[in-house]
Amino acid sequence: MGISVEGATKSFGDFQALDDVSIEVPDGSLTALLGPSGSGKSTLLRAIAGLETLDSGSVLIDGEDVSKKPTQKREVGFVFQHYAAFKHMTVFENVGFGLKIRKWDKAKIGDRVHELLDLVQLHGLADRYPSQLSGGQRQRMALARALAVEPQVLLLDEPFGALDAKVRKDLRTWLRRLHEEMHVTTIFVTHDQEEAMDVAGQLVVMNQGRVEQSGSADDLYEHPANEFVMSFVGEVNRLGESFVRPHDIEVVLDADDRTEQGMVQRIVALGFEIRVEFVLGDGTEIWAQLTRNELQRLELREGQIAYLRPVQAKSFNGSSPSNDHGASTPHGNRDGGDAEVSAAV
Amino acid sequence: MEAHAQSSPVAPRAGIRLPGFGAGLGRGTVVLYLSLIVLLPLAALVSQSFEGGLSTFWTQVTSPPAVRSLELTVICSLIVVVINAFFGTIIAWLLVRDQFPGKSAVNAVIDLPFALPTIVASLILIELYGAHSPFGINIALTRAAVVVALLFVTLPFVVRAVQPLLIEMDREMEEAAASLGAGGFTIFRRIIFPNLLPGLAAGVALAFARALGEYGSVLLFAGGLPNTQVSSVFIRQQIESGNETGAAAVSVVLLLAALAMLFLITLIQRWSSRHERSPGAGAGAGLTVMPMSGESYTEKEDDDEVR
Repeated sequence: MGISVEGATKSFGDFQALDDVSIEVPDGSLTALLGPSGSGKSTLLRAIAGLETLDSGSVLIDGEDVSKKPTQKREVGFVFQHYAAFKHMTVFENVGFGLKIRKWDKAKIGDRVHELLDLVQLHGLADRYPSQLSGGQRQRMALARALAVEPQVLLLDEPFGALDAKVRKDLRTWLRRLHEEMHVTTIFVTHDQEEAMDVAGQLVVMNQGRVEQSGSADDLYEHPANEFVMSFVGEVNRLGESFVRPHDIEVVLDADDRTEQGMVQRIVALGFEIRVEFVLGDGTEIWAQLTRNELQRLELREGQIAYLRPVQAKSFNGSSPSNDHGASTPHGNRDGGDAEVSAAV
Repeated sequence: MEAHAQSSPVAPRAGIRLPGFGAGLGRGTVVLYLSLIVLLPLAALVSQSFEGGLSTFWTQVTSPPAVRSLELTVICSLIVVVINAFFGTIIAWLLVRDQFPGKSAVNAVIDLPFALPTIVASLILIELYGAHSPFGINIALTRAAVVVALLFVTLPFVVRAVQPLLIEMDREMEEAAASLGAGGFTIFRRIIFPNLLPGLAAGVALAFARALGEYGSVLLFAGGLPNTQVSSVFIRQQIESGNETGAAAVSVVLLLAALAMLFLITLIQRWSSRHERSPGAGAGAGLTVMPMSGESYTEKEDDDEVR
């Protein structure tokens, strides 16, 4: 079922969580709401579920305006960052909860629950309590619980945010496969651009209660609408008024009229990736992404002078109202972004 | 797929030693102190009650006035505990979930029965519901007075036991239940109540024990008439008339009633928090009790040897 949100506005006291937000989520798609904390992405998701009431605007599921409907009647499956496991119930009772409320008979509930536990690979753990499960297992239980009632849409609020890196990677691959099998319209919220690009077909980038841009991962990376999107989706350097991706900086040893001089400050080897940090004559710090081979060919050392040539720079002069409050520093608003390989799209 | 990330230790961590005490000295001190303050007096009480042998004990306990006082005490205490379990939970709910003017004042007033000398409570109740009642309600010297006095003194127990559990409750559990189609009543019954039960049980146990032994507030308000005489007043009378064995015998019965309630409550708590005691879960069993400060602590028994 397709979801659309029209003109959603919501504030909590002085804080404007959503400011006239409209999005379209096609039937059967897997969409990520991506943005830094406080960007309104979770509020938007909760409004779709009916867990928040909008000040104005409407939510349509399959063309029907559900804005006035309570959560109970919206037929959405919701998965929380911290699992929201019913801790006094076994895994079986957790997953069967929605079915029991719908007064299914016992045998049918049993069949359905075991089918779902197989799907989320928790067979054999039906009699455990949530406290006896690992974080990843709890989240899969929560997912099975949400899927049990065959929701029209599946909403996941930072579903992997509380898990460690390895489990997170496994689970997102698994979620993508699950979605390929089930085709239930899915929206998930994340602040991790790599996760969003990995899992989702469509991304909606949010910032300060507004949608900055939506589209495929490639679209956003190649054609960012503004400075914020460019710096939030992928790595970026700022050079005066223009922006350049670290892999779009060519490092050479001889100057020409298109190069700028810089001194190598630090060389960080991240496997095949090498991150070389420069400081320019005017004090600007930028970094270039090289391969191990390129570094060996150039024989760069810390403290050495080299010349930088931006291959593809972008500028967004006056293009978007969000320029004035967008990304301030090149990689300031990303968590752990410097350890990531941004171009691995 | 992944290892048990948050398996909790089964045994409590050692932590630091009590400063100035070796392990042996610490335990010795505790045993000695408890013996002097609790165990010895209890033993003296039991031995006194059996001074004339088992048959005397039985005669004393089954004498009509003793039976009448015990019945009155236990029945009133049960009524009071049920009423306060209900209203205590509602009050705790409002204090945690609602915003209203004067909330912190109400929160402070809850502890008043703890702080007020019970004889003062008795006087207040006489003023309000006695012969000169401004509302025209005169229940002084009746059994209703016993119930009202006990309601007053036991009110804080349930409120203070339930409140911290409500504060700590994961609200997302309720949202998850709502998204699965559960209405408000179902959410309360299936999600909230089971998670409040351990605290509710602890509050009820303490309130019951307190009600059994309440003396001061009942004495003036309900009087010591034959039909309003609770056991504590009865015991006092027996002592004054020189029947110390009789007083001790009735005391032992009260003691047993309190112990029976504590035992029952512990069973309920064990059952309702079974999910926390299963292997891999760290939280301890045992009676969780809220002291006046509103902070919770857990009396850890030597864990799980029962199972």
